Amino acid sequence: MLPTVEEVGHSTPLPDPMCPEGYRVESVSRETHDTFTLALQPLNGAASPGFAPGQFSMLYVFGVGELPISISGDPEQPSRLVYTVRSVGPATQALVSRQPGDWMGARGPFGTAWPLDAARGKDVLIVAGGIGLAPLRPAIYHILRHRDDYVRLIVLYGARSPGDLLYRKELAAWGRSPDTQVLTTVDYGGVNWRGRVGVVTTLFRHLRLHPDKTIAFVCGPEIMMRYVITELQENRGVPAGDVYLSMERNMKCGIGFCGHCQYGPYFICKDGPVFRYQRLRGWLGKHEL
Amino acid sequence: METLEPILAKHAFFEGLDAAYLKLLVGCASNVRFPAGSYIFRQGEEASHFYLMRQGRVALEIYAPHRPSIVVETLDGDDILGWSWLIPPYRWRFDARVVEATRAVALDGKCLRAKCEEDHDLGYELLKRFAHIVTERLQATRLQLLDVYASHG
Repeated sequence: MLPTVEEVGHSTPLPDPMCPEGYRVESVSRETHDTFTLALQPLNGAASPGFAPGQFSMLYVFGVGELPISISGDPEQPSRLVYTVRSVGPATQALVSRQPGDWMGARGPFGTAWPLDAARGKDVLIVAGGIGLAPLRPAIYHILRHRDDYVRLIVLYGARSPGDLLYRKELAAWGRSPDTQVLTTVDYGGVNWRGRVGVVTTLFRHLRLHPDKTIAFVCGPEIMMRYVITELQENRGVPAGDVYLSMERNMKCGIGFCGHCQYGPYFICKDGPVFRYQRLRGWLGKHEL
Repeated sequence: METLEPILAKHAFFEGLDAAYLKLLVGCASNVRFPAGSYIFRQGEEASHFYLMRQGRVALEIYAPHRPSIVVETLDGDDILGWSWLIPPYRWRFDARVVEATRAVALDGKCLRAKCEEDHDLGYELLKRFAHIVTERLQATRLQLLDVYASHG
């Protein structure tokens, strides 16, 4: 049974959460012009810590720095930790420049997980924007692997442009699975693009949701998530208790000591990154948080 | 021959509309098809219809000199295409290019405007429904302008 949002946190004692373990880069594959997927394996045949979908690790490029990165791989292949990283600055650039065989450090996994047990018997609506699909991919893998436990799987995915769509082959494959609907859109599409153009919220027009039987997992830029919540709550009637968000802040220690990722009364690294929307309702969109 | 009444009645846009109004709208409706690559309308032309899309995909785009046209939005099956027929000066603001062969029900805007002038209750019903679509698309355009996936670092 997968741990719930409330249970994960630090119920499982970690050997020393501040001490990175050694990993070898197994592969680096390009997803888009600026986004890469790295697969890591523990050094010297050490046991992999395993993870629950939605959790993150602190990845350490020696001599450069440490970064919080969500795990984007298959939770049932825990010996291989997979991360999708967008290069946006010197540290992420150093991370995506690793070569197979290179060593690096990792701490974790940390944080709360998508509530896949609570989602059993329901329609699961996944709404992702940009690289926000990466932390949701393990949940999609889990649902597809345990298909009878869930009713419909709906994936709405928005990206900036056709060239920014992650996991394009997998999206197409997921869409061919039974009772699975995958809709993608881009904010900016050229005249040769034959897919949809429009923000991710426009995809809701093509859905018939059963609000009382739906659980929603949302991850993307915070503004996008606020628009998605408006759509879910005000236009679609999905209860606040059935909407979960993955939040992003400047995580440093990963265990709620340093305070860098404080968000109102919460530490994103310890109390999140996955939150039930109800808990964040008073904080989301608040200035200077 | 199949009438358009059941098609209009089933469409979410007309949900809850009085049956008498639906019959009246059928009088202004016709089935249309557009092949891929054709244009349903072009910017500046008289806006005389709106469309209940049934199948296919249409790109709303704006012409820009010395560069490819800019696609603002695409519309798919069950979407409503066009509201310029309702608002003076009744001219299209974008080009509507057919990306995938499209089937739709066209509603004659001139015919509808006349009926709305005669019956303000009908006019109010239609205006409320179009106001909802206009608001949705305005919000979507605002989110699009924010360019939320760009790197702002």
